[in-house]
Amino acid sequence: MSLLRRRKPPINESDKTSEASDSKPQKEREEEEEEEEEDGNGKDKNKKKIPSKIKKHEEKRPKWSCLDTCCWFIGCICVSWWLLLFLYNAMPASFPQYVTEAITGPLPDPPGVKLLKEGLKAKHPVVFVPGIVTGGLELWEGRKCAEGLFRKRLWGGTFGEVYKRPLCWVEHMSLDNETGLDPCGIRVRPVSGLVAADYFAPGYFVWAILIASLAHIGYEEKTMYMAAYDWRLSFQNTEVRDQTLSQIKSNIELMVATNGGKKAVVIPHSMGVLYFLHFMKWVEAPAPMGGGGGADWCSKHIKAVVNIGGPFLGVPKAIAGLFSAEAKDIAVARAIAPGFLDNDIFQLQTLQHVMRMSRSWDSTMSMIPRGGDTIWGGLDWSPEEGYSCSKKGERKNDTQIADQTGAASAVSQTRSANYGRIISFGKDVAEAPSSDVGRIDFRGAVKGHSAANTTCQDVWTEYHDMGFGGIRAVAEYKTYTAESIIDLLHFVAPKMMARGTAHFSFGIADNLDDPKYKHYKYWSNPLETTLPNAPEMEIFSLYGVGLPTERAYIYKLSPSAECYIPFQIDTSADDEDTCLKDGVYSVDGDETVPVLSAGFMCAKGWRGKTRFNPSGIQTYIREYSHSPPANLLEGRGTLSGAHVDIMGNFALIEDVIRVAAGASGEELGGDQVYSNIFNWSEKINLQL
Amino acid sequence: MPLLRRRKVTDSSKSTNSESTIDKQDDKKNQSKRFRRESYSSEKWSCWDSCCWFIGFICSMWWFLLFLYNTMPASIPQYVTEAITGHLPDPPGVKLRKEGLTVNHPVVFVPGIVTGGLELWEGHQCADGLFRKRLWGGSFGELYKRPLCWAEHMSLDNETGLDPPGIRVRPVSGLVAADYFAAGYFVWAVLIANLAQIGYEEKTMYMAAYDWRLSFQNTEVRDQTLSRIKSNIELMVATNGGKKVVVIPHSMGVLYFLHFMKWVEAPAPMGGGGGSDWCAKHIKAVMNIGAPFLGVPKSVSGLFSIEARDIAIARAFAPGFLDKDVFGLQTFQHLMRMTRTWDSTMSMIPKGGDTIWGGLDWSPEGGSFKCSAKKLKKNSTHNTGQNANSNLDDMKSVNYGRIISFGKDVAEAHSSKIERVDFRDTVKGDKLANSSNCDIWIEYHEMDNDSIKAVADYKVYTAGSILDLLHFVAPKLMARGGAHFSYGIADNLDDPKYEHFKYWSNPLETKLPNAPDMEIYSMYGVGIPTERAYVYKLITAVDCYIPFQIDTSSEGGSEDSCLKGGVFSADGDETVPVLSAGFMCAKGWRGKTRFNPSGIRTYIREYNHAPPANLLEGRGTQSGAHVDIMGNFALIEDIIRVAAGATSEDLGGDRVYSDIFKWSDRINLQL
Repeated sequence: MSLLRRRKPPINESDKTSEASDSKPQKEREEEEEEEEEDGNGKDKNKKKIPSKIKKHEEKRPKWSCLDTCCWFIGCICVSWWLLLFLYNAMPASFPQYVTEAITGPLPDPPGVKLLKEGLKAKHPVVFVPGIVTGGLELWEGRKCAEGLFRKRLWGGTFGEVYKRPLCWVEHMSLDNETGLDPCGIRVRPVSGLVAADYFAPGYFVWAILIASLAHIGYEEKTMYMAAYDWRLSFQNTEVRDQTLSQIKSNIELMVATNGGKKAVVIPHSMGVLYFLHFMKWVEAPAPMGGGGGADWCSKHIKAVVNIGGPFLGVPKAIAGLFSAEAKDIAVARAIAPGFLDNDIFQLQTLQHVMRMSRSWDSTMSMIPRGGDTIWGGLDWSPEEGYSCSKKGERKNDTQIADQTGAASAVSQTRSANYGRIISFGKDVAEAPSSDVGRIDFRGAVKGHSAANTTCQDVWTEYHDMGFGGIRAVAEYKTYTAESIIDLLHFVAPKMMARGTAHFSFGIADNLDDPKYKHYKYWSNPLETTLPNAPEMEIFSLYGVGLPTERAYIYKLSPSAECYIPFQIDTSADDEDTCLKDGVYSVDGDETVPVLSAGFMCAKGWRGKTRFNPSGIQTYIREYSHSPPANLLEGRGTLSGAHVDIMGNFALIEDVIRVAAGASGEELGGDQVYSNIFNWSEKINLQL
Repeated sequence: MPLLRRRKVTDSSKSTNSESTIDKQDDKKNQSKRFRRESYSSEKWSCWDSCCWFIGFICSMWWFLLFLYNTMPASIPQYVTEAITGHLPDPPGVKLRKEGLTVNHPVVFVPGIVTGGLELWEGHQCADGLFRKRLWGGSFGELYKRPLCWAEHMSLDNETGLDPPGIRVRPVSGLVAADYFAAGYFVWAVLIANLAQIGYEEKTMYMAAYDWRLSFQNTEVRDQTLSRIKSNIELMVATNGGKKVVVIPHSMGVLYFLHFMKWVEAPAPMGGGGGSDWCAKHIKAVMNIGAPFLGVPKSVSGLFSIEARDIAIARAFAPGFLDKDVFGLQTFQHLMRMTRTWDSTMSMIPKGGDTIWGGLDWSPEGGSFKCSAKKLKKNSTHNTGQNANSNLDDMKSVNYGRIISFGKDVAEAHSSKIERVDFRDTVKGDKLANSSNCDIWIEYHEMDNDSIKAVADYKVYTAGSILDLLHFVAPKLMARGGAHFSYGIADNLDDPKYEHFKYWSNPLETKLPNAPDMEIYSMYGVGIPTERAYVYKLITAVDCYIPFQIDTSSEGGSEDSCLKGGVFSADGDETVPVLSAGFMCAKGWRGKTRFNPSGIRTYIREYNHAPPANLLEGRGTQSGAHVDIMGNFALIEDIIRVAAGATSEDLGGDRVYSDIFKWSDRINLQL
């Protein structure tokens, strides 16, 4: 439409030029008018003067207005576009690869081809368990506004509907905030099959490269199964509503049976890791609550669980998401364009809508950090203390400098971040020794009535029920560790947390034999369950390292405009020494999951025979050091360690294929570690 | 590219333009200077520019309209349709939801031949970049881009009937496998959408997609498809509180599901080991749509000379074009080679021989079907007397039993007047001398002129002798087919040989499972002329051509005649004749028979074809055509009612428009 509108100004311009020429001598001016007449829009007066001549001219030289220029221009573009499109389609398929090779030198064989040459063949059936967000969702029943979207993707794909009808989209993507299930009259269901999560959006692969590599050594749909589930629901509710867990059980049994009894290799990614932990408990639990598979189901059906980027102990990002609907990405956007996100020119209250939507998803609560202060550190200590962000740069140097760095880090230790304080109100609070922080307990604070003109009722966030008293009390407690964070969330969002705690638990079990741990809410927490009795099974934890990952936040109270979330990450807080950037302390990890969460269970919690791992299942840690793609042609890189991009990491794919083709953890080479995970795990004092 | 070419023309007109400017200069010397300056600033207006202008204009208009189209509320097309055609009836899903129907029994779809999508998992060099892209179904883009590569990948190994080395083409799974065949051409989509209206979703609907190119047992051998279907049905029954499934097979899926029901109860090495009560425990009803229970004559012409009526008509319109093969591609032969590697095509060769399909001088439909009957049906019963009279003519003219005749005169002559020379003993000579340039594998090249002539000299083939004919002209193909399918009638069903899987898809050689509570429906369209018999001719023996062709020049005398373009038609749904779709449910399985020992109740539901009233209706909501019937509102309503728990009695039992009961009576089959 902008094209049409643009046509106006050029006409004005020509008027201006004619005005400017007023100063010219009269004779010239007359002639010019005549010519202008020939070019442009006819003026009656001039026509009468020299009508015959001009008419002749008009016939021979058509008008050349700016409108025509526009059309001409568009025409040119269209033609060249078509030409290029034609050339592109006629181009042989190997051409892009040829160009890439010419620039970057010959590419290494993709892992599938390489291993095929080594003679590897499809052996164990493979099960993929996608994570949060990456699985597609489609509409099966909707309200009036979603007409014509039956069986179209609401989540994943092009996300076209988000732009076309954002409010309708939010309404359909939300769940009922009481039950955590479908709202009345809306059914959104997970896409099934490999297409559910091979690509998230066009061109943005998730599982596609792994699938293609496995296909090279002979895998196909009968030996690969995508355990797609509705990632918005709490894990047990996927069974209640869709019988997803039963479907996974039945499909694994089928694949084992039709592949000559060869056990399955399960590959969960991200939240899928927790989902599969839940599944392993569910499948062996007796029938009404569980799947009734018997105590040896896992040992009979599973060869190995290859966890990719597993947030076993939760991720701090989940807190920022739940507390104020902002993760680092949004925090950075705020720093760059302050005011824009807050102003809400369109009255859409984008952030609040997104917050309301994501708060109706129970699954987000599965990733709240578990294990409290024991794991994540208290006011004055944290397992990662002493980690320095500059370390990454130095790593490339020789071991000769190791002494120096040791000394340097010892010095900087005094200045190290207090990662244990996951939320601090103000940078000074985050850095002060705990004795200097004056805290007032918020738990007793009475929530006031909601402030007078809460007209913004159409947006459901519980902050409206808090009143100023409650908000201030939260800020005056100053700093929150992993344990008090849970209390904080209970305080600011009691309804949500009531729903969440019915499905998830975030503690550490004192006595795992306590019958209460038979309840399903403990099943996805590795610190409150035992692994199945399957001594031959292997558990791998594969994750990227070398990327700064969110670990703790500095918050501030935001100016109390009525409809806004009252807390905000303080993006002005920066400190290079302590890894503080835009209000976020970061630590080693894969950009989403800190090393501690991904590695601890396999490094210590389950290593050997522990109370969490009574049958002594072998565990292995495989880390992949991140290196960004060398140039644009490489796309998202074949050496990436980022949370999702790691699914295209050749080394990781090779490991996965080897395991699927029958290799054991020892044959892969056991642990492969770049970070200090063993060091950090040592500092955690957990009874095993 | 024509755009680029047009520029030449514009150049010449440009020069005339400049000539005219010279004229102008002569006219107005005064202004010439000024003029030049002006024209310099405002650019020349050549035809090259007008081209661009024109294209740009069109593009802008196009975008503008596209923008309008996108901002248009979704209900406008419906509104327009309603304004033109009057109020549309509610789609059956909406209507039945208002009646209070909800999800009850889980539903299993079994797609037919051709409609299921296939995708590439491993291919040769020429199929680079097509990994997990659809080769069959969708847009068929690759068929046009690289036809030979496509044919190569769609073919199976002609010895084993399985994958050729280095190629893996696999069925698409999930509901997307067959909801749309090509973009906008629905198969199951309408039914799925209507079921979803009353609450169905993916956990209660399962598409039993299989590789329809393979023989039925090979789908289990290669992909374990039958095991998958068994496991999924068991899962759906278990997760839906023990409610049995309603199975809806379409077209060849009907035979596939017959095979499945035998397989699942057979003991483990060859079968699924589900035990003899598996069907009774898991299946509520089988609702067959457009079922070719006894095969279709179309498959004979497909195998014999790869032409069905559609192609035969195309030949009549453009003779020479299809035969000439300007591009040297030998399209037909390639297609023939490809389809002949598909074992499944042989599952639809007519079964039951002369007993079912008629002999030289009689056929079950003989005389009583009149091709113009469709038109007459709308008149009142008043006319039936007349009809009976006119039937006499047809009795004389149509010998449906002669499925292939060489020459129209032969097709119409009385059997005693036809001189036939038996072809079976003819010894095949060596290959023709210069058949070396035919790189295409079809078995006709291995026949010499004598044996080709011998085939033609036998003159008339009935359903029984057709099998011998196919064995004669394509021994390798039929050897493969004979290992997987059988076309006879069992004398004694207890004979242990009938435990072999090759009999499982033939309803005349198997018993239905022991499941007295189960119901079997046969739902099909009627009122469309359907291929039933052919008139063939020999064509001059050019080397690489198929020596037999439908004689498209033979037409029936009057407009009402059933012979058109070399094809005799009978009543049916355009693909499956009524006889094949209806006989088993009308007679073969009705009551307790030897084919149906437990007395499973059977019902026939016919849907009379009515073409869509206007273009806005698309493929129509009352169609009876083989695939379009999947959008027939009456059929969908029946299915939804059964899925929601109704019994056949609630539906109203049989619903018949054709003469299927009368025709079935003429068939003399021991029951």
